[in-house]
Amino acid sequence: MNYFQLFDLPATFELDLTELGSRYLALQRKFHPDNYAAASNRDRLMSVQQTANINDAYHSLKQPLLRAEHLLALRGLKISHEQRSFTDPVFLMAQMELREQLEEISTSDDPEDAIMAVEQQLQQQRKLLLRQLAAALEANTAEQNQQAAELVRKLKFFFKLQHELELIEQQLQD
Amino acid sequence: MAYSNKVIDHYENPRNVGSFAKDDPSIATGMVGAPACGDVMKLQIKVNEQGIIEDAKFKTYGCGSAIASSSLVTEWVKGKSLDEAQQIKNTDIAHELALPPVKIHCSILAEDAIKAAIADYKQKRGG
Repeated sequence: MNYFQLFDLPATFELDLTELGSRYLALQRKFHPDNYAAASNRDRLMSVQQTANINDAYHSLKQPLLRAEHLLALRGLKISHEQRSFTDPVFLMAQMELREQLEEISTSDDPEDAIMAVEQQLQQQRKLLLRQLAAALEANTAEQNQQAAELVRKLKFFFKLQHELELIEQQLQD
Repeated sequence: MAYSNKVIDHYENPRNVGSFAKDDPSIATGMVGAPACGDVMKLQIKVNEQGIIEDAKFKTYGCGSAIASSSLVTEWVKGKSLDEAQQIKNTDIAHELALPPVKIHCSILAEDAIKAAIADYKQKRGG
């Protein structure tokens, strides 16, 4: 299913999220099962199914990584369930170092400062990768789509690091 | 998530955690990662002149199954030739640790890590 089509939006990575939000609400209202209380079984079932599709589509398009994955899937590159190992040694070594930095936060003299420092690095790298991803998806050539897939994989590591950092922050606050 | 006793054992008492000096020519390094869960695994082997893996170390950031898989592999490769180590299959790792289907990818990661380390060693020797 083409989620962009469902919302009648252009299939692009750069998306107007406000517009997406209002179209989502409009479709939700239109297909809400309450509106089909007096309808035939078939139509009631259709409204439940449509509501589920609309929810899936909205959640996929809202998040940049899922949106990129959906866009790539529409272009024939399915990467959302791949189990292939990622093997770029330079990138992975840098990931290891960031993980080590995270580990050292709780024992550092000024944990808040250490969190800020990592946070800044993560944000900077995420921004850079997202910019590259947008450009690759915009180009939409076979080669650039492969490149986009690789960037999505890299970004997943960064989103995971962000999550880990937030867990550490919470632990320090408790 | 219920972990098997073997996973818990390796997780609580991981074997061979750490790093070797990278500039040692007898050391080779395999780095792999799993984008889906963000796990990162580093596996190093120390290979002697006869092509036997004398020692192995790992460092893994990931779930219990990923740590257990890499810990187990460092135990398995010690004393093996490179060719023998190359034969280690993720299914053997998953079977030994009784990994549930959702954690099979952790064993794949460990298999790929040892293969990457062997490739690194061969490249170092060849180049």
